[in-house]
Amino acid sequence: MTEKLAILWPEIFLFIGTCLVMLTGQWPSRAIRQFTPWICATALLLAFFAAMTSPPTQGMFPAIVPYAKMIIATVGIMILMLLSGTVDRQLETDVDNGKPFQSIRSNRGEFYAFFMFSLTGLMLTASADDLIWLFLALELTSLPTYIMVAVSREEDSALEASVKYFFLGALGAAIFLYGFALIYGATGSTNLNEIATVFANDGISSIGMIGMLIAVIGVSFKIAAVPMHFYTPDVYQGAASPVSAMLAFVPKTAGFLALMFLLGTVGWKGGHLPIELEATLWIMAALTMTVGNILALLQSSVKRILAYSSIAHSGYMLVGIIAGPGAKGGAFYQNGLAAVLFYLFTYGVMTVGTFAVLASLEHRNGREADHIDDIRGICKSHPVLGWTFVITVLSTLGFPPLLGFIGKLGLFSSGISAGHYALIVVLGINSAIAACYYLRLVAVAYIDDSEKSGDPVYATPFFMRPLAGLVSAGGVILFMIMSGPIVDGALNAATYNAPEQIDHDHDDHHAHDESHDDEVALLDD
Amino acid sequence: MSLDVWSLIVLIFFPALVGILIGFVKNDDNAYRIALATTIALCVPAVALLANFDFSHGGMTQFEHSIPWVPGLGLEFSIGMDSVSLLLILLSVLLGPIVVLASKTAITKDRKMYYAWLTVLQGAMVGVFAAQDLLLFYICFEFTLLPMFILIRKYGSTNRIAASTKFFLYTFTGSMMTLAGLMYVVWFVAQDSQLGRWTLDIAALTHYAGNMTLTEQGWVLAAMLAGFAVKVPLFPVHTWLPLAHTEAPTAGSVILAGVLLKLGTYGFYRFAVPLAPEAFFEYAPLIAILAIIGIIYAGLICWVQDDIKKLVAYSSVSHLGFCILGLTALNVTGFSGSILYMLSHGFSTGGLFLMIGFMYERYHTRDMNTVGGLASKMPVWATFMVFFAMASVGLPGLNGFPSELLCLISAFQSDAAWNAAGEPGAWGASLGPWFAVFAGTGMVIAAMYLLYMVGKICFGAYKEPADYHPHDELPTDLNTREIITLTPLAIGCVLFGLQPTMLLDAISEPVNNTVRIVEQANGIDSQATLSSHYSTGGGLMSSDQVEQLDEISLRHAENPGTEAHVEDLAEIGDSMKSADQSDHDHGGDSHD
Repeated sequence: MTEKLAILWPEIFLFIGTCLVMLTGQWPSRAIRQFTPWICATALLLAFFAAMTSPPTQGMFPAIVPYAKMIIATVGIMILMLLSGTVDRQLETDVDNGKPFQSIRSNRGEFYAFFMFSLTGLMLTASADDLIWLFLALELTSLPTYIMVAVSREEDSALEASVKYFFLGALGAAIFLYGFALIYGATGSTNLNEIATVFANDGISSIGMIGMLIAVIGVSFKIAAVPMHFYTPDVYQGAASPVSAMLAFVPKTAGFLALMFLLGTVGWKGGHLPIELEATLWIMAALTMTVGNILALLQSSVKRILAYSSIAHSGYMLVGIIAGPGAKGGAFYQNGLAAVLFYLFTYGVMTVGTFAVLASLEHRNGREADHIDDIRGICKSHPVLGWTFVITVLSTLGFPPLLGFIGKLGLFSSGISAGHYALIVVLGINSAIAACYYLRLVAVAYIDDSEKSGDPVYATPFFMRPLAGLVSAGGVILFMIMSGPIVDGALNAATYNAPEQIDHDHDDHHAHDESHDDEVALLDD
Repeated sequence: MSLDVWSLIVLIFFPALVGILIGFVKNDDNAYRIALATTIALCVPAVALLANFDFSHGGMTQFEHSIPWVPGLGLEFSIGMDSVSLLLILLSVLLGPIVVLASKTAITKDRKMYYAWLTVLQGAMVGVFAAQDLLLFYICFEFTLLPMFILIRKYGSTNRIAASTKFFLYTFTGSMMTLAGLMYVVWFVAQDSQLGRWTLDIAALTHYAGNMTLTEQGWVLAAMLAGFAVKVPLFPVHTWLPLAHTEAPTAGSVILAGVLLKLGTYGFYRFAVPLAPEAFFEYAPLIAILAIIGIIYAGLICWVQDDIKKLVAYSSVSHLGFCILGLTALNVTGFSGSILYMLSHGFSTGGLFLMIGFMYERYHTRDMNTVGGLASKMPVWATFMVFFAMASVGLPGLNGFPSELLCLISAFQSDAAWNAAGEPGAWGASLGPWFAVFAGTGMVIAAMYLLYMVGKICFGAYKEPADYHPHDELPTDLNTREIITLTPLAIGCVLFGLQPTMLLDAISEPVNNTVRIVEQANGIDSQATLSSHYSTGGGLMSSDQVEQLDEISLRHAENPGTEAHVEDLAEIGDSMKSADQSDHDHGGDSHD
């Protein structure tokens, strides 16, 4: 138990922060009220340093905790900057005009508390070594986001998005919980390491495989992969831009961590997952990329474009999951899981920047910038925001020499090392399709003449939002130049210990005998 | 770091810095001045590199320097150059001030952004040629897309949006495939049986890549072709080029024709040939046929064009076909001719695009039915026009001629008969006289369409568009600035035409090295005639097996004992069986 506690310090700090912000968010004194985000930031910083010193754990992924929690804290701080001003704007204006503060109308405390809860859940996902734990952590990640979507904007579309998100999320959760139950039924354990040992020694029974497939499909809701991607565009568009940015990073990271842990139990034997899982994921990856990218071509709302692009990026990352960890002690290039872990960070940094630009612009009536015409010519009208947008979008496209390129390179090379050439061709073609709409965004923002039609947009009064964008754009350039430590960290975090196989029979070298063993094991059950 | 390495670093990064600086300049005129001063100043380090380059060891990578960048990725900032890279770098640097000068009056809006990106592009192009690290090459290679995309999209003519999008997407799609192919090579070399560690060093990759089987090489070659052939462009993926050229501003067209297309042929020369030497040998005739189709087909299209810019654009497709033909001949003559062509095409076609640009500024049309007989009004312009057209046609004494001739000769010589005769430098058996004959018609067609164009536009009765009015700033004929722009190109045309040996000597060593790589990979001695076996090898057996067969047939010829022969056959049988993927045990051997 103490060993488990040792890696939970980041979560503990976040939880303390959560409790504090629930109080301070409702505080009548404005100074304390406005201190709320700073408490979150402090908790996240503490969590970051706690994660840094987190000891290695036992099991399949002994080194994943520090890296995962550090990127979560880093991107978390960027999202926190972006969230400023999302709630209670009308309320604070009223207070400015001399009305008394009504804590009943304030959402600030809950909003930041939910944000922190969600990040706590995400970090707990990274520490998970048990199916129940994994389920609870995934739900702790998701449940607060449903509410955050609803309260982020005082518009019907936000409520609609929230309800859609909630019901589909509940469906997804039910599906993967069902899968977990079947896995438990097949192996008699909820501990991931024990499940892995059972799978390694007794083979994967058909019940176990069905459970695994169902769990993977259920988790695909979190990463917005086909066939569970339908909610994404509506929810991203309905929520306020800062919350959309959070949705792009937080559930996706949770989902990919969960996928890694789940698939780690069956392992990448000889560089390949069991054929049923590999085929399922292969099809999922190919469809996710293609559907995401093609539908993004048709959109005129920037947020919907980004939502579909988020779907497509999940497809890219699935390539790394399929490729697996490669040979032990191998280089970054052949470790698909390292590529995924690196890409998650990359994607978080880039996407926060893009959404930060949208969040920093609004119409006169307070409606936020969304239509592609809203960002027309922003490089002229708002140079800082404009350049942030151009840089982060180009990076999302994977255009060298920006950070996204390194991320995509890892996925490319790990797929090639694992021999999935067809999938890499699909990935390449999809990157090219994606270039169409990313270029359209760049061209609209920077190149084309800015003859505005319709409602002009103005900068929002929140200083932190463009700053989040600047940090993101700076990160995209800086982390590329100095990507060494992150690459090494991701590679180290992706260290995968295949479950130990207890050899019953020392002289068998034939596949035939092994399958015979499996049958015996099934009969024994 | 020596001063020369610094010069190279300045050539790559200084333009980028200046580009950013220009973004902050208030006055558009100053943007132009800064860009001009920078591009002229960059000639100084370039000339310093030229002066300090040791041409007696032209094949050696000189001014080499590498700084570890991302060790986890094996990525190094590694630069250097052999004489081929040096010459291409010089070409890109030389075109810099020319395109800036040529844009002075042509670009009227958002000039700051224009000059900023034009300057940035300069550095990226040098980076491509100087990179000794695969990823650095790829980064620069891809990065050149962005400035060009912006130049076309923002400053092009009416159809610019379609043109720029097509340009970007064609090249980007292709280069994604190229990246996959290159990463396969990196992965292959990193395997334990090869180098055993992940490296992106081009020299190391070249050294080990030849160990790939023919099938692997074939796929790698296909992946690389996807990117490089689009860039060249080779038929049938050439369709983006006429559009991009026609819509681009003059400076964009000059850079595109002068340097960016050469990135494709440079990719062929530097990567496709050395990284997949056996496959390139195997498929050279196919690539050559595509090149010849391009030469003839694009030439015929030129003939029916009314838009002179489009005509010159298609002529680029046709001319670069020769360049590829020379590469596919896989002999010293071919490589030399091809590299010579890369350089000289930049001068003559670059010149033609400038001429058209100058005319367009005055007449606002590119249709040769609406303007004509300009020699009477613009004698200086017409003189240069005729001159560059002649250089492009391949008039002996000007630059087009020696390079085109060498490419054709190389196709001739790339034949078993020449090999058997032990002709020096004539190696390879892929192509033959027929390739040269068909490609040769391209020269005739080029003469037809270019002379037709010159005849219509320069001579005959004077014609001007209905709404013609004299330009506010520009005189009727060329002014001093425009003549200064054209002079270096014209001098280059004459110099390369009269003294091609100067360049050929400079590039002889790297070319010989490359030919040697192909020879070694295919197990052929320059003087031997074994090569005929290989062209008939087909795709059924791997090259190793073919090699084995050859070896055995030689042994058999020397030593006709029946027993040995049977043993050898069994050996081949075994090796073919093991190549088969089935995991059956070695029990029932059918050869007993």
